[in-house]
Amino acid sequence: MKRLGKEQYTIMGAGSLFAVLAVILVMLGNPLNMGFCIACFYRDIAGALGLHSAAVVQYARPEIIGLFLGATVMALLRKEHKSRGGSSPLTRFVISFFVMIGALVFLGCPFRMLLRIGGGDLNAVVALLGFAAGVIAGSLLLNRGFSLGRSYAQGKLEGSLPSFIALALLAVLLFLPALLKFSTSGPGSMHAPILISLAAGAVVGLLAQRTRFCMAGGIRDLFLFRDSTLLLGSVAVIVVALILNLATGTFQLGFAGQPVAHTDWLWNFLGMGLVGYGSTLLGGCPLRQTILAAEGNTDSAMSVLGMVAGAAFAHNFGLASSGAGATLGGKVAVVLGFALLTLIALLVIRNNKK
Amino acid sequence: MQNIDARGLSCPQPVIETKKVLDKKPSEVTVQVDNISAKENVSRYAKAAGYQVAIEGTEYGWALMLSKA
Repeated sequence: MKRLGKEQYTIMGAGSLFAVLAVILVMLGNPLNMGFCIACFYRDIAGALGLHSAAVVQYARPEIIGLFLGATVMALLRKEHKSRGGSSPLTRFVISFFVMIGALVFLGCPFRMLLRIGGGDLNAVVALLGFAAGVIAGSLLLNRGFSLGRSYAQGKLEGSLPSFIALALLAVLLFLPALLKFSTSGPGSMHAPILISLAAGAVVGLLAQRTRFCMAGGIRDLFLFRDSTLLLGSVAVIVVALILNLATGTFQLGFAGQPVAHTDWLWNFLGMGLVGYGSTLLGGCPLRQTILAAEGNTDSAMSVLGMVAGAAFAHNFGLASSGAGATLGGKVAVVLGFALLTLIALLVIRNNKK
Repeated sequence: MQNIDARGLSCPQPVIETKKVLDKKPSEVTVQVDNISAKENVSRYAKAAGYQVAIEGTEYGWALMLSKA
């Protein structure tokens, strides 16, 4: 392993700051170990827009809006905002759909998985093993020639739309909140003040754009290229979250009684496995897809839409887990997801070889 | 000199393509990339694999000239 350089220190600094912000958001009202959860927050936004009617998870999470705006600003400042797309958009939609199903069976995206580990939730350690296995399986397919194809330059408007949609959602949240649904109980009702959530999201967006922070990418790069740069960011999140949880008394070691979590170890493993598998085929975890969408990548914007749709389906069809555990529908959907993603990958590889 | 056209490919594919070629230990390779993460990731990989990297801006993005250090 090579020496640590500026790039490595930058990403560790970013990861540490992400954990600090996550813990602050929890102190100010977000659900425990949910300072950030990209999957949960898209699920809450889907609920706020009435795309599903699970009354406990409806809130237009300003953190997501902040991520979009922060990453857009950083990309513009660094002249990296480029409209591009056309790399199998619908396939990306389908893969992301199942990434979201996997995340909601586990109850968290890779980001929240790290925060849960930092909070002492051992279910998330089981999920990490599944996530790593999924990323490795996806990486093997990448090595065998899996590719969603090239993307091409698009008009400025096309790539700017995701950021404008985020702005529109912010305007509705601030000035016309009556249009949105808000949970009055459950995780959706627990949140930090709007402007603080927005600012925290923006800071993460700025830095995640700058550092290309990605949790699936961390394990993938270590496995494929023996490069630990991205992984160091994720390690920093766990370490700093752990220290802060210990310091603030929110650390609670064990499997049972963890906040917004269940103890069905097999489905924690497989749910997060599906997230790792799908994220690797997409080229990044839900956070990274969000950042790329904000940079003008419309393929990643399709991934975001796939995640929102997946979240709506997960709650409309009873696929999402609850504290009581995974549902039968959720288990079937995860198995189906593995089968479908594998089928897609094999067809794509065969097609690319022609 | 070998040329890898990684334009339009999103990471990690540009790095995978580069790795496949560098594994055969060529003395010089050019990699064409059009997004910044591909530029950074291919450069980082090539340096770790013992190659010097010269970067030239082009109309589509960058041409990375890798040569055995």
